[in-house]
Amino acid sequence: MDAAFLGLATVVIGVGGCLGYFYFSNLFLDKVLYPASGPNAGHNINRANQIRPWLFLFPAVFALAVYLGYPVFETLRLSLTDRDQGGAFVGLANYNQMLSEPKFWEAMRNNMLWLIVVPACSTGFGLLVAQLTDRIAWGSIAKSIIFMPMAISFVGASVIFKLIYDTRPAGQDQIGVLNAVWMGFEGGFGSVLFLKAFPILILLSFAAVVAYVAWLIWRSGRTTSPLMWIVKAAIVIFVAWLVILSLGSILGVTRADLPYGEPQTWLTLPFYNNFFLMVVLIWIQTGFAMVILSAALRGIPEETVEAAIVDGANPLQVFFKIKVPQILPTIVVVWTTITLVVLKVFDIVFAMTNGQWQTQVLANYMFDKLFRANDWGVGSASAIVIMLLVSPILVWNVWNARKEMK
Amino acid sequence: MANLKLSDIAKSYGSVDVLKDINLDIEAGELIVFVGPSGCGKSTLLRMIAGLEKISGGVLEIDGMVVNDVPPSQRGIAMVFQSYALYPHMTVRDNMSFALKIAKMTPAEIEERVDNAARILQLHNLLDRLPKALSGGQRQRVAIGRSIVRDPKVYLFDEPLSNLDAALRVATRIEIAQLKESMPESTMIYVTHDQVEAMTLATRIVVLAGGGIAQVGTPLELYEKPENEFVAQFIGSPAMNLLPGEIVATGDQTRIKLAGGGEAVSNVPSLDEDMGKPVKIGVRPEDMVEATDSYIFDGKVSFTEALGEVTLLYFAPVGDQDPTIAKLAGIHQGLRGSSVKLTADPAKVHVFMNSQSLHYRDQPIKKIATNTH
Repeated sequence: MDAAFLGLATVVIGVGGCLGYFYFSNLFLDKVLYPASGPNAGHNINRANQIRPWLFLFPAVFALAVYLGYPVFETLRLSLTDRDQGGAFVGLANYNQMLSEPKFWEAMRNNMLWLIVVPACSTGFGLLVAQLTDRIAWGSIAKSIIFMPMAISFVGASVIFKLIYDTRPAGQDQIGVLNAVWMGFEGGFGSVLFLKAFPILILLSFAAVVAYVAWLIWRSGRTTSPLMWIVKAAIVIFVAWLVILSLGSILGVTRADLPYGEPQTWLTLPFYNNFFLMVVLIWIQTGFAMVILSAALRGIPEETVEAAIVDGANPLQVFFKIKVPQILPTIVVVWTTITLVVLKVFDIVFAMTNGQWQTQVLANYMFDKLFRANDWGVGSASAIVIMLLVSPILVWNVWNARKEMK
Repeated sequence: MANLKLSDIAKSYGSVDVLKDINLDIEAGELIVFVGPSGCGKSTLLRMIAGLEKISGGVLEIDGMVVNDVPPSQRGIAMVFQSYALYPHMTVRDNMSFALKIAKMTPAEIEERVDNAARILQLHNLLDRLPKALSGGQRQRVAIGRSIVRDPKVYLFDEPLSNLDAALRVATRIEIAQLKESMPESTMIYVTHDQVEAMTLATRIVVLAGGGIAQVGTPLELYEKPENEFVAQFIGSPAMNLLPGEIVATGDQTRIKLAGGGEAVSNVPSLDEDMGKPVKIGVRPEDMVEATDSYIFDGKVSFTEALGEVTLLYFAPVGDQDPTIAKLAGIHQGLRGSSVKLTADPAKVHVFMNSQSLHYRDQPIKKIATNTH
């Protein structure tokens, strides 16, 4: 009751205060400071009109400066000083210490993994769902359901997935869905089909798709500038690495001796547990990507699709050569927006593993240093690293979004 | 290069019949124009020929082959859309070569075809631009170019000029006419609601109304011998005047006593059995002349519009009739408010019985459900 009353009072005072500020400051400007009467009426009106935007912008500018601008500089200062020495300037010592910690590099590596997997999967699934639900009667119901995770907080979603990944001793009923399914496999034909043949198929098709894309890039364009050659060569080398990696994984899958019949504590399996965490964010962000991309798909002129059909394009060609290129700017904005979320991911890791079993990420690393180890220097340094990673993507994202609005 | 045969073509959405009993033979090398009021199904018919809409009933043949269930790309057609439908992310060159790339032609052949189309349409210096950097007329030319490169059996145009401004529309219309002349063997089907486009471009016009064909004929046939009241009023601007009356003399010439008091003579022959039957006579405003003694129409001019070379006289409507309009050569603004008697050359007087012209009395009567606007 008390909390509810306080909350209500906050809303009333906050909203009322804002309205009151705009109304009374405007009144003050027009009636007292530069009244639109007397000998200087015209001059006063011009003056008042020049001041008014700044008057109205002031609350926002002030709040941004105090809660966003100042912390950035304060964090920068903290990262260059040492509290234990009474705030003495220590140069880059904090950064040096951070760079020498394996946990930091683990966080960096995991963050990069998140950065590749989560935006790609969320955007890909979102696009897939948007396209598949575009023309069917119950499409909007399907979309509502897929969008729903957006309404769940990251911590809430983490709790849900913790239950999915939960483990009970072998003799008991498994309450986690994943283990319940896992216990269903006992090494027979079905297990080979689902846990060997199927993953091999996925890896093979991944390698094939990547190789095909690389081949297309290698062939495309007529430019012979050396820079283009370098970029192309770099892409091809990267793709070759991916292909070798996936072929190596196929070998691994065929050799792997799977522990059938033993319940797994999924979140403690190093490397793979990262993906179990990523699934949570993908589950949440797919809805976001789907809604934006669905609107973009609707905006494609129907006649261009019909023209492509008359031109002989099959459904896949219509999708990849006509529809996707037309919504490419939107895809980029969605991708980068999710990238920003991923770089700052904290809640999911904090709630599910707290960075144990090699699942550390930068934001959780920063929290550990700042509030657990009380090491303000290294904590601030990692915060600055996150900011440096986010900023270019943020700028690019805003630039893209603005370009699209034109 | 190809002839089309439409037999009993029908289209229905659920229980609503949009088109039915469409029978039409289109010869190779013709430029057929589908014309009609909005909602008459002309675009739907074109999209059925293109394969973008399913055919609910009947048989569509292109070059003697039934194509009802053949996908659009294999029908040998190319379509120019009302909104041009250029691919916005591709240059003009890529727009024009898209279909050829899909068809897996060799780069040399694609280049040759694109160059050829660009030369015909004077698009050479625009080939590397994106559609958004082109004017409306240029976009339209690219859309036509995209059709030409495919060298289709049949060209389909869906109101291609309606997004252009008036001056550009006339210029592009002439370009399309010249394009047709330069490709005399190609078959074209053109949909429009603009009767000027229909009259100037068509070898034959198909007037569609109420889900059926009202008349098929050359532009001048439609103008000079409309089959029914609908075509009579649809072709020509201002629309033909229709005046009710009854036949009082039959024979090689027909004499009609009009409800308005006048009397008309028409060169359309009539039979003895027609004597005393109610009819409507049709006279085009431009065929009306001032009468000295016997007259067809007598009325008070309620409004005039002087267009320079002609003056339109509007007469006050009688009962639920449309106002009668006369188009007189010269400037006659002074006639407003005065009484004018009008008559017409018997060769220019049409006679309609049960909405059907007596010219075509041997043909079965077509029921045209028109939603007049």
